Amino acid sequence: MTSPASPSVTRNVPDRLQSSFTRGVRSWEMLLLVVLVLVFSANSFASPYFLNVWNLSDATFNFTEKAMIAFAMAMLIIAGEIDLSVASIIALASTAMGLAMTAGADTPMIVAAGIATGVACGAVNGVFVAGFGLPSIVVTIGTMSLFRGISFIILGDQAYTNYPKSLAFFGQGYVYWVFSFELLLFVLAAIAFYILLHRTSFGRSVYAIGNNATAAQFAGLRVVRIRFILFLLTGLMSGIAAVCLTSRLGSTRPSIATGMELEIVTMVVLGGVNILGGSGRILGVVLAALIMGCVTFGFGLLNVPGIVMSIFLGLLLISVIAIPRLLAHKFKRA
Amino acid sequence: MSILKKILTSAAVATALMATTAAAENVKIAIVVKALGIGFFEAANKGAEEAAKELGDVEIIYTGPTDTTAEGQIEVLNALIAQGVDAIAISANDPDAVAPTLQKAMERGITVISWDSGVAKEGRQMHLNPSSSALIGNTIIKLAADNMPDGGDVAILSATSTSTNQNIWIEEAKKVLPNYPGINLVATVYGDDLADKSYREAQGLIATYPNLKAIIAPTTVGILAASQAVTDAGLIGKVNVTGLGLPSEMAGAVESGATVSFAIWNPIDLGYAATMLAYNIKKGATTEAGASIPMGRMGAATLDENGEAAMSDPFTYDKSNIAEFKSIF
Repeated sequence: MTSPASPSVTRNVPDRLQSSFTRGVRSWEMLLLVVLVLVFSANSFASPYFLNVWNLSDATFNFTEKAMIAFAMAMLIIAGEIDLSVASIIALASTAMGLAMTAGADTPMIVAAGIATGVACGAVNGVFVAGFGLPSIVVTIGTMSLFRGISFIILGDQAYTNYPKSLAFFGQGYVYWVFSFELLLFVLAAIAFYILLHRTSFGRSVYAIGNNATAAQFAGLRVVRIRFILFLLTGLMSGIAAVCLTSRLGSTRPSIATGMELEIVTMVVLGGVNILGGSGRILGVVLAALIMGCVTFGFGLLNVPGIVMSIFLGLLLISVIAIPRLLAHKFKRA
Repeated sequence: MSILKKILTSAAVATALMATTAAAENVKIAIVVKALGIGFFEAANKGAEEAAKELGDVEIIYTGPTDTTAEGQIEVLNALIAQGVDAIAISANDPDAVAPTLQKAMERGITVISWDSGVAKEGRQMHLNPSSSALIGNTIIKLAADNMPDGGDVAILSATSTSTNQNIWIEEAKKVLPNYPGINLVATVYGDDLADKSYREAQGLIATYPNLKAIIAPTTVGILAASQAVTDAGLIGKVNVTGLGLPSEMAGAVESGATVSFAIWNPIDLGYAATMLAYNIKKGATTEAGASIPMGRMGAATLDENGEAAMSDPFTYDKSNIAEFKSIF
């Protein structure tokens, strides 16, 4: 313990900005990048099958769908909200695609049905949270059961399976060489959300609301509208993910994407987004997605049981969050 | 220095040679289960290892997701495809969702079969059912008849009157009834797979038919309730309860004698047979309709027009083996 009487101990108020270089080296993203390189190299040494472009290409499917939603979820969490119903939105959107298919719709209409359902579900969440001012965690736990429940009522123990061949492109198709359509979507979504969050006034408002919604309101930001839009965006991305996942599985069952919401939230938090809102960056989420994909695939290649993988990811999450804080603590005291 | 170098080099060469010969010889068969940590599948893995030992040049990779999700199984399958395993034998969490991934596996030259819980036809080369309706129908009558040397009355306690599986099995059982002279089927009642209703129906059978020698329950709920009813009525040794049950639930009834023997599939045999089939198909056995593929000590599997085959009669459990199996499933 330092002496409380010491005059040198004051509140840690930054009096000047760090140079962009120092900021870059010390940033969360740099830490994640180091972890990613470590995980990647360890995998390359551990398994002779890891460094193979086709295998790596297959492995990207482990995270692309989750990451697309994670970008929108990151913005939502930065704004101080959360959406736990995303996996259930996938189930309902996928069921809607099946209904459209049964009604004789062609591929573009099936895709539209999936995305539109996603947006509609997002709107439902948005109305309850932004409109009625209810806590998002309560509302989305409710809609989590609601959306999947509707899907169960429609399908029961049945499944939609006879999707048109052309739908398979979204989840199984390749744009160029080893680059799948899903990977392209992942990259486009990353760029779009990067611009939206870091290069627009909308993005700045999201941070402002997350830090202090009341202050943001008094500063003239349309808090309700922005929150509503964020839920719409999450619904939209869930709808797009539903199209990809349905296409990849070639079928719909009400149990589709069970438990995916927790993996998505894990991805966002590992990406350095403050779970209490107010800070976080898209680049971190991209790196977290790559790390999680690498870990899952690398461990899979070594036939490590899934539960060990979960333990490893849990430890990674805790250590990546704890280490910088412990270090910062230490440096401050030194 | 030079000696050390020589030793090191030869050691390296030897290791490399050993590694390559091992890799070239061993057939890698992946047993993919619904989720890890389920007794039934751990037992199947034992059977797979037994088959591997018998075949000699087989390496078993026993794997599966943490939860029983199709998405988790697909991640596992992708990793197996990447490792270039020779064969995949899967008990699927979803018959349709894993099919595209398994098709990809087959395109890359991997043998794919399903067992226990099947995969849609286009996603596998064959499916191994633990048994068939005809074999089950015959077994439940045979188990009752074996303990009735003088013949007598038997009754069936089923699940609901609309249970598809049970109705087919009872239908098959009635077909083979003429093969068991002296066995007289007096009634078929329905306990709706509810413990209390099944118990009351069993009591009713005992009261209505004083000469009843056996109750046949082709449902795990019914057999348990009926053996309890017989025990409570003090009729152990007079009325034998048999049918399909789970060893973990039936251990008490077998030990008390209310049930002399009952049947259900044996997961060890299932894992063994699946491994044998995967191996033989990898080595060139054809999977056309009507083909007969050997599966070691379990005989041979004959494929029907859907590429499905039945392994064997359900396995009989009695006092001699119940202790071993009750901890498995």
